[in-house]
Amino acid sequence: MKPAAFDYVRAESLDEALDVLRNEGGDARIIAGGQSLMPMLNMRLARPRILVDIMRLAELRRVEPRQGNIAVGAAVRQAELLEWPALDRDLTLLSLALPWTGHAQTRSRGTVCGSIAHADPSAEMPLALVALGGEVVLRSARKRRRVAAHDFFLGVMATDRNDDEMIEAVEFPATNGRRCAFREVARRHGDFAIVACAAVATERGVRLAVGGVADMPVAREFDILPASALDGALNAFAWDLDARDDFHATARYRRDLVRMIGHELIAEVTR
Amino acid sequence: MTRMAAEQRHRIRFTLNGEAVDRACEPRMLLTDFLRHEIGATGTHVGCEHGVCGACTVNVDGRPARACLTLTLQVEGSEVRTVESLADRQGRLGLLQSAFRRHHALQCGFCTPGILMSLDALFARRANADEAEIRDVLTGHLCRCTGYAPIVRAALEAAAELRGETNREAVDA
Repeated sequence: MKPAAFDYVRAESLDEALDVLRNEGGDARIIAGGQSLMPMLNMRLARPRILVDIMRLAELRRVEPRQGNIAVGAAVRQAELLEWPALDRDLTLLSLALPWTGHAQTRSRGTVCGSIAHADPSAEMPLALVALGGEVVLRSARKRRRVAAHDFFLGVMATDRNDDEMIEAVEFPATNGRRCAFREVARRHGDFAIVACAAVATERGVRLAVGGVADMPVAREFDILPASALDGALNAFAWDLDARDDFHATARYRRDLVRMIGHELIAEVTR
Repeated sequence: MTRMAAEQRHRIRFTLNGEAVDRACEPRMLLTDFLRHEIGATGTHVGCEHGVCGACTVNVDGRPARACLTLTLQVEGSEVRTVESLADRQGRLGLLQSAFRRHHALQCGFCTPGILMSLDALFARRANADEAEIRDVLTGHLCRCTGYAPIVRAALEAAAELRGETNREAVDA
């Protein structure tokens, strides 16, 4: 399994990268850490004519607070975000979810934004972005626009990004002491999730997001309810996700996991 | 802007196990193939070629990396280390390799180079790594022979030795 041939641009400025996208958009792909894109290239599920490497762009390699959000630039590797000193306090959910994102050997190169651009329905970074209600900052040679997480993910590996755009950064609302919880079931720690759930405490109750079941991560708000009513609400959520049987698990097992993990996480963040 | 055409070979410079590499390759060449076919360093093994098995794990700028998910051109200017760096010039096994031999932590040996490089990177950062951390790193590798238990034992012993808690020199000599 070897990639089909492509031209390679080692971008020396953001404008250079955006120019390539403007001129050759649909044929070009951004490569950052490559941990989602390289398997696609090796298996020839993707055959871009040109790759644009953005990892030398210092302006994309920043984690910074921005008006209540934490902005993570497109060249920030997952391992680097894990080592960000304020992670536990400001991005509690990410501190829980990142250790489940791939393996140490892929987090060392893979970027946070790359995982979100790839939009695998069972991946942890898109799930965390949806759970926190974050935003994706898209940039083209013409303009910059912001898209809410729930509008960005459109389906399995499908997003709202246009061919001439790249993700410049993603912004996660800072957790500010809100309780968060995360749990995942996979065949092997670090493999794609059969079901992954993230919960964040809100003013009225809990926001629960589920990955690995629907075509994209899905979040729902739960008020603080008596146990029996919560059972019903979680059951409705589990069915609404429209689980399917596949090689890894049955739809029924996935619904069971959503109900069970959902209960545990809601208890954990409302305790 | 440096645009490197698909069908041409382009200059690539990096450091491999402390020695300068100055060669050329096509953009699509994976680091696994460059190491094995261009350099002739066949210690890095090729398994699944999509990042799952871990056999091709090397060290790039101090961190473990899948060589099969890395384009050679991406390591321009980097320091790359492979399993060939673990033994000394006389071919004497390194500390981690010796522990693997003592504990029968390999049978066919196909997965071993990648596991050694992951553990080497772990111990370089965290000399106090405990069993849970070792097992967490090992989730990034598939070994179909050993059942992992001897690998964990070897890693724990190597970690203790690195911390100076045991000294095996007399035994190995």
